Amino acid sequence: MTVAGVMRQYQVVGRKAATDDHPNPEAYRMVIFAPNPVIAKSKFWYYLHQFRKMKKTTGEILDCVEITEKNCRTVKNYGIWLRYSSRSGTHNMYREFRDVKLTGAVSQLYDEMAGRHRCRPRSIQIIRTATVGAKDLKRTNGMQFAKAGVKFPLPHRVSSAKRGQRALSDSTYTTVRPTTFFG
Amino acid sequence: MPFTRYAEVGRIVLVNYGPESGKIATIVDIVDQNKCLIDGPESGVARQVIPFSRIALTDLTVKIQRNARAKTLKAAWAEAETATKWEATSWAKKLSMKKKRAALSDFDRFKVMVAKKQKSAIIAKKMEELSA
Repeated sequence: MTVAGVMRQYQVVGRKAATDDHPNPEAYRMVIFAPNPVIAKSKFWYYLHQFRKMKKTTGEILDCVEITEKNCRTVKNYGIWLRYSSRSGTHNMYREFRDVKLTGAVSQLYDEMAGRHRCRPRSIQIIRTATVGAKDLKRTNGMQFAKAGVKFPLPHRVSSAKRGQRALSDSTYTTVRPTTFFG
Repeated sequence: MPFTRYAEVGRIVLVNYGPESGKIATIVDIVDQNKCLIDGPESGVARQVIPFSRIALTDLTVKIQRNARAKTLKAAWAEAETATKWEATSWAKKLSMKKKRAALSDFDRFKVMVAKKQKSAIIAKKMEELSA
């Protein structure tokens, strides 16, 4: 799937189509991370037909609703268990991310998997996500920022002239090098 | 020279870029190496995650816990008199001066020119006295 922009979280509920012998088949509910509801429903069938004998043509989606973050005002530590296929085989992985929303952490996950492992979103299956307390973090990167009293200076501040931000200097020509030390 | 301004919970920062540029806020939590959560209920900055490249650290801090609520933040700012302390810094004064200069009308610029001429006339007279 294409992961354009931010990921969203959907709750998709579906079941096999009702027939005369089974007028009320069992409904299955899945939490899917996708950029839009169309892809969410497609992913629902992708997973469901791996678990149970049903597919889009023999089933129906009862509900597809977006799940929004309950509290996006605090930073949380998210642990994500995933399964991905690399060029040589498929592996399980556990990664941790610090973010304000679960969907933000999942977006970070896709970006990081692409960057570090050249792994495309189509090869990633998210098995489980959980909010992790600061004490239970396993990866050092998140641990150092979750610690109490974390502080660090911002050394060698380089201001970029990209994308309409403030230019590196007010004048075209100057005789002094720009300063990168701001305390 | 050692570093004296740290990115930490409670540090007052000046937003440099974006819709809230020019306003001050407090770092409420640090997300990671590049981003932090800021909030400025008194200065009209919404609680948001912002990258460090868009903010500038100041010398001021307030004593707050991580993830402080807007109410606690307001109380901490009032206790530390952050707004008045910030306005008193030369940094804030320079910023407001720049703003004022940019908002001058033609008549105001004329007044500035006349005032500059008067000032330089006084200085020139004094220089003549001293060199004589």
